[in-house]
Amino acid sequence: MNRVSQAPARAAAGGRRAAPRPRSGQWAAWAFLAPVVIYLVIFYAYPLYRNIELSLRDYTVRSFVQGDAPFTGFANYAKILGDETFGPALWHTTMFTMVSLVFQFVIGLALAMFFVKNFRLSATLRALFLVPWLLPLIVSSSTWSWMLNSDSGVVNAVLGVLGVEPVHWLTSPDWSLWSVIIANIWIGIPFNLVVLYSGLQAIDPVIYEAAELDGATGWRRFWKVTFPLLRPVSAITVLLGLVYTLKVFDIIWIMTKGGPSGSSTTFATWSYRLGFGNLLPAFGPGAAVGNLLIVTALIFGLIYIRVQRRRTLS
Amino acid sequence: MRNTPGRWKTALGLVLTGVMLFPVYWMVNVSFTRDQDMRKSPPSWFPVDGTLEGYRAVLDQQLPYLGISVVVGLGTVALTLLVATPAAYSLAKLRPRGGGLLTFVLLIAQMIPGIIMAMGFYAIFLSTGMLNTVPGLIVADSTLAVPFAVLIFTAFMSGIPEELMQAARVDGAGALRTFWSVVVPVSRNSVITVSLFAFLWAWSDFIFASTLDGGGRGQPITLGIYHYIGNNNQQWNAIMATAVIASIPTAILLVIAQRYVAAGVTAGAVKN
Repeated sequence: MNRVSQAPARAAAGGRRAAPRPRSGQWAAWAFLAPVVIYLVIFYAYPLYRNIELSLRDYTVRSFVQGDAPFTGFANYAKILGDETFGPALWHTTMFTMVSLVFQFVIGLALAMFFVKNFRLSATLRALFLVPWLLPLIVSSSTWSWMLNSDSGVVNAVLGVLGVEPVHWLTSPDWSLWSVIIANIWIGIPFNLVVLYSGLQAIDPVIYEAAELDGATGWRRFWKVTFPLLRPVSAITVLLGLVYTLKVFDIIWIMTKGGPSGSSTTFATWSYRLGFGNLLPAFGPGAAVGNLLIVTALIFGLIYIRVQRRRTLS
Repeated sequence: MRNTPGRWKTALGLVLTGVMLFPVYWMVNVSFTRDQDMRKSPPSWFPVDGTLEGYRAVLDQQLPYLGISVVVGLGTVALTLLVATPAAYSLAKLRPRGGGLLTFVLLIAQMIPGIIMAMGFYAIFLSTGMLNTVPGLIVADSTLAVPFAVLIFTAFMSGIPEELMQAARVDGAGALRTFWSVVVPVSRNSVITVSLFAFLWAWSDFIFASTLDGGGRGQPITLGIYHYIGNNNQQWNAIMATAVIASIPTAILLVIAQRYVAAGVTAGAVKN
């Protein structure tokens, strides 16, 4: 859920300032760390371990309770790779992530450029822009559901005024994926705005003055000066956005449940449906889908940490 | 500011904010709309014949859910602070060997998709009888906040002047005393920030609630709204009224901690 709770990789680099460490201090240091280490082992490592174990065994409801499910190796993975949902889910996940990221970034950047020169009320308005990101997802998802309602939704009412036929946003397989993408873009804009805004603020005004002397203004200045200088921050924004968009579940599940007929199913909702969405849960395959998701997220996550560290050290 | 271009920007800014926040306005509008006007075409843009039916339904049906959410939120805050503050103090000031690795693990931990954690927790809670319990949900929700909290606290506590720590040491305070009487009071602002976020995330959590507490008697407000929608309830004013009330913590967070929120978002993503 905490799609944006990225945190300081800067702190990671902090450990490098290796001044001498007194021996006696190490005991105290680790005593203070003990709670979090125990916590991580019990509440992160162990659930993850159980999840891997789930994916490697053939669990039924009965063996789930009794814990005597037979070990089946990678059978669950083979099963999901051969499943007819796999291809569409991969495609939907890719589309959902890519389209969301592009629009969130472009709109976020445009707004950041707009807000970077202070004007009356700019700070207040910028704060108000955070609202979509801070709202509970169930609130935004259900609001969008009603706005996109085929018969009585305000979106179709506005389109009707413009002479467009009603669109079956949530109930037609052609539009359901777009509906959840639209809602997700709306939710993700604030994060992009805030991070890119602070990136823009960090650019030295002297550089702009120099560019102006060289005759670079408007678009030219944006492409030749602002955008290149913003590239590291942009990379971080997009990578973090990627990691958090990959795992989006709530919005899709609440708005469409991945349907109709699987047309908005992503890996996250597929995994949930396998594990919890049916009367007969398929925990093994569900966990296997989840593990594919985690591997993808971690790859981009590691790239993010690398980029972030290089920036911090330079 | 005083000249026309500035005023134009303010006007444009107001329009953009209005467009962005339209869904929020719509939620409020629908929450006041009468049942018979709900399917009107075109819809009413303002709640002229407003009704409080929706809010009455919330008071009748949703109060227990709201209560559970408050309890879960506060429990999550307490657990998060309990685990995260000492760890951050150590990482920031006591230079433990292996601290860098731990920070790395925490960064990674934040990237694990909730659905995976949910499935793991489900397996564990099933065998320990913690399924459908409030403490179980608190524990699961705290995983949303703990890594974030440690990293934010560490960043903040690294900024506490070394002289302050030295002074405590000269006064004969050990690590524990320094932590409790110096570091924690000085970190008040970051404690507030982290608490607000931890509360908001627990309050907003849907995935853990629906997987780990779906059959329990004490369900949080996210499930309250979800059941409302799922029951094919056509009373959208009641659904939206619940949504409005579920948004109150967001509003509080924004008003109390506006500047900390932006700082929380950018912390780490951008070097200051």
